[in-house]
Amino acid sequence: MAITRQFQAPPSLTPYSGNWDYDAVRHLLKRTLFGASKADIQYFIGLGFSASIMQLLNDSTPLPAPPVKEYNPSNAAVPDSNILAGQTWVNDTNTDGTIASYRRASFKKWWVGNLIFQERTLREKMTMFWHNHFSTETADVSNAQYVYKHHNLLRTNALGNIKSLVRSIAIDPAMLVYLNGQNNNKSAPDENFGREIQELFVIGKGAGADFTEADVKAAAKVFTGWRNNATKIDSYFDVTRHDVTNKQFSAFYNNKIVAGKLDINAGLTELDDFLNMQFATNEAALFLCRKLYTWFIYYEITPEVEASIIVPLAQIMRSNNYDVKPVLKSLLSSEHFYDAMNRGCQIKSPVDLMIGLVREFEVKFPTPDLYLTNYGLFNQVINYLNGLQQMIGDPPDVSGWKAYYQSPGFYEYWINSDTLPKRIQYLDTLVTSGYTFSSFKMVVDGLAYVKNMAAPGDPNKLIQDLSTHILGVPISLQHRNQLKKDILLTGQSEDYYWTTAWDTYVASPSTAANTKYVTTAITNLIKYMVDLPEYQLC
Amino acid sequence: MNRRKFLYGSLPAGVMIPSFVNGMGFKAFESGHTFLNNLLLPGGDNDRVFVIIQLNGGNDGLNTVIPLENFDKYVNARKNIYIEESKALRLNGQTKVGLHPAMTGLQQMYNEDKLHIVQSVGYAQPNFSHFRATDIWMSASDSKQILNTGWIGRFLDEAFPGFPSGYPNVNMPDPLAIQIGSITSLTMQGPEQPMGMSISNPSNFYNLVNNQTDPAPNTYAGKELTFIREMSRQTQKFGDVIKAANAKVTTQSTYPTGNSLADQLKIVARLVKGGLKTKIYMVNYGGFDTHASQANVGDTANGSHARLLGNVSGAIKAFQDDLKFLDVEDRVVGMTFSEFGRRVLSNASYGTDHGAAAPLFVFGKHVQSGVTGTTPIIPTNVTVGDNIPYQYDFRSVYASILSNWLCVDSTILSRVMLKNFQDLPLTNVGTCSVINPVGNSEQLVVAYPNPFHKTVTIQFKTMGGHTMIQVLDGAGRLVKIIFDRDFNEGTYRVDFDGEHLPAGIYYIRLQNQVIQQVKSVIKV
Repeated sequence: MAITRQFQAPPSLTPYSGNWDYDAVRHLLKRTLFGASKADIQYFIGLGFSASIMQLLNDSTPLPAPPVKEYNPSNAAVPDSNILAGQTWVNDTNTDGTIASYRRASFKKWWVGNLIFQERTLREKMTMFWHNHFSTETADVSNAQYVYKHHNLLRTNALGNIKSLVRSIAIDPAMLVYLNGQNNNKSAPDENFGREIQELFVIGKGAGADFTEADVKAAAKVFTGWRNNATKIDSYFDVTRHDVTNKQFSAFYNNKIVAGKLDINAGLTELDDFLNMQFATNEAALFLCRKLYTWFIYYEITPEVEASIIVPLAQIMRSNNYDVKPVLKSLLSSEHFYDAMNRGCQIKSPVDLMIGLVREFEVKFPTPDLYLTNYGLFNQVINYLNGLQQMIGDPPDVSGWKAYYQSPGFYEYWINSDTLPKRIQYLDTLVTSGYTFSSFKMVVDGLAYVKNMAAPGDPNKLIQDLSTHILGVPISLQHRNQLKKDILLTGQSEDYYWTTAWDTYVASPSTAANTKYVTTAITNLIKYMVDLPEYQLC
Repeated sequence: MNRRKFLYGSLPAGVMIPSFVNGMGFKAFESGHTFLNNLLLPGGDNDRVFVIIQLNGGNDGLNTVIPLENFDKYVNARKNIYIEESKALRLNGQTKVGLHPAMTGLQQMYNEDKLHIVQSVGYAQPNFSHFRATDIWMSASDSKQILNTGWIGRFLDEAFPGFPSGYPNVNMPDPLAIQIGSITSLTMQGPEQPMGMSISNPSNFYNLVNNQTDPAPNTYAGKELTFIREMSRQTQKFGDVIKAANAKVTTQSTYPTGNSLADQLKIVARLVKGGLKTKIYMVNYGGFDTHASQANVGDTANGSHARLLGNVSGAIKAFQDDLKFLDVEDRVVGMTFSEFGRRVLSNASYGTDHGAAAPLFVFGKHVQSGVTGTTPIIPTNVTVGDNIPYQYDFRSVYASILSNWLCVDSTILSRVMLKNFQDLPLTNVGTCSVINPVGNSEQLVVAYPNPFHKTVTIQFKTMGGHTMIQVLDGAGRLVKIIFDRDFNEGTYRVDFDGEHLPAGIYYIRLQNQVIQQVKSVIKV
């Protein structure tokens, strides 16, 4: 029998007027950052509602320094000895295959570092959104300089204008490799990009997306003539390869003709004509808003959500000429975003899960000057993400990850009998033994975490504090009491067993026996907590 | 009603399963009525296994099964990437088609009657989007129909009602279906939840512990929480039986290395031999989206497509050999599929763009030998939009496997497949029922005048029963269904008014019983 679930209030973009409490802030941060420490949550509670949203939308801070050379190039046919260890390689035009593979790996590790040390803004979550949206695979692009340039484009425009981002993507070297644009010429147009810019990037496949196969072929002709230059790490337009005929589009695009041009600017002129035509459709903003909704709220878009959230949000997007900030501001400020129905209902992506654990417990890393050790630790995080089916930089295909488009399961596609045990295994590793690289251990320091609590000596508050911080769905008092008894009180029934143990530890932290007891108990408690299905939700 | 019992245990009184018993003699039962025994005997379900190999990305059918019969037109359409006639692998007793030179393993299997080729498999109104087309194949939907369940998911839901509640049990102690790898496929999606398990390493399951469970809240979060808890429960329950089955097999024959499809099939062979009652296995192998550089310049027998096909062929051959070595060859039939074929005309990038129908392979000891269907028609003046029209609906392949290999009765079959599809002669001895192949030599549909300007007369011969006549355009799109009803045996004529149609190539498609034929006509 189907269970009926109801929103607390009818879906609406009316600004949230409820309490700016721990739970509301935690919900906002779990959806907009990859995991939030308790300090993050306190910071945003202090800011208040409106200032919190503005803080998340603030993208004026400088971009992170680019990835550096942290590999040994000696087995490459053409080593990049011109680049010093610890210096960035992103502007060096070496195209040796071995060097390229080292650099792609360096790029991914660097990205993990950015995720772990992300600022209190939407930049990382939106960079990942665009990575999933304009999905490319580093393994296919191959050229690491193109890979970085592409990623930098997403990061720079993460909170910018969508239309100008699509314009840059259309002539981005990595995309020209990935969807064969560089081979697309007038003699036999390659339709790969012409299709995806409609189906996956701008128009989508919603009920109103009525572009035709003829539109795909016409679009392919618009994009003929673009080439890559590896020495300039850039693309260029070659009019001799360009189809100069008029491109006729269907009734979906109001029978628009993109006039064929034959001057040296033809590629950009026709691209702009094409994009103006695409972004003039109603469907573009509807599609992009549904995708943002699925990313930030939930995958089920009911008819009332479509009518009361998606349609007005798309209107905001159009009236702001496709700037994404006003759209995010409205969505994240809405009553609907904070509706009890929408809290805790996302199954964490592998990045949310693993980076989230590291950030929630403020796992320590070496200082930035020890970049070799840091990159080595980040590489282990890459291995975890790969095992859990979210290799950043290499989504499964041009559609991105199934969790964001595949009906009926969506987020549920992250979880199966293979990935669920791995999730638990990786979490357990980081909570208990940790992962060591170059004598530095990446591990959750449960004792340090608990010490920062208001009342760590009270076993009830300790468990309550931990569970409300990290679980997507609260556990019952009875469940918490059972945990207290089994783990903190080692089977006893009186709270003072823990209080005494804690106080003894605080009084004499150098006494090994006391420290061992509280450390073991806290580690077991955190391990139990992250093993709960409730921890898989955010 | 206990649907499992209905499926495997009994025939309801008065149901004559007419498509089996009548049907103009196209069904032949094995001696001793094993088919009826299978259905009638209590618990008479079989130990048959079906293996699905997904080739992700859209495999280029024309360079997989080379149309020797239309070779000049093929060369003309594929100027930069055609496979030379001398290099195409020849098949015993077969002059119309050959195989890509990289597929020596499948060539050998064909010659040993262990490989069946079905030509031009697809559906009306082909979709050219990877994931929509994949959804269509996995859900077995019509082109415009959105289904949120997979065809295997629906089959398993009928066969094992109530799953996962009450499972595992004595009758079914094992997973219903296993997907090798870390992904979950729509194919296995049942009405309520996935019906299969995903495993990448059958010898190593990290132990999940039983946690105390609070009631799930009545919110979306509660829905997802319930899902994760159920996945956790199934993983714990089935993890142990998989580990045990895996551990029973200590020796297997040799598989190619550096071939991820072979790695996956090796696990399947192990688990089948290890005694799992699992009915369905699914594996997949990607990289077939060959828009560019699918063949090397000047050496078209090599390149990325050759590497892919070589691995497919090598993996399937090694799997078949291993099944024989493990003495379970009688139990397994497999099938390849890809979300679409590729365009008839190659592009300037030495590749091919998204297309429509393509051949697929059915393999195993108990497949019928040969090729079903005619060699695809390739237009003389091929244009960029030209596609291979479908001869066989992909769901006819599924339905034939379900009814003839997995012994699903017609009532259940129509619930799984959602309508009736033709039976194709894919499997033979040892199956629940056998469909006799019908010679394709007689031209059953003709059209005149050809070329036509205004009206074309279509003449077709039907053996009686359900008969469908369709008109498809050069891109494989459905223009019109002229007939879709029962006929008496005989020859019929109908005029089709095509005055409004743009000039170009069109296909008249006849479907009647096991026969599908396509006739091309030119509109001027």
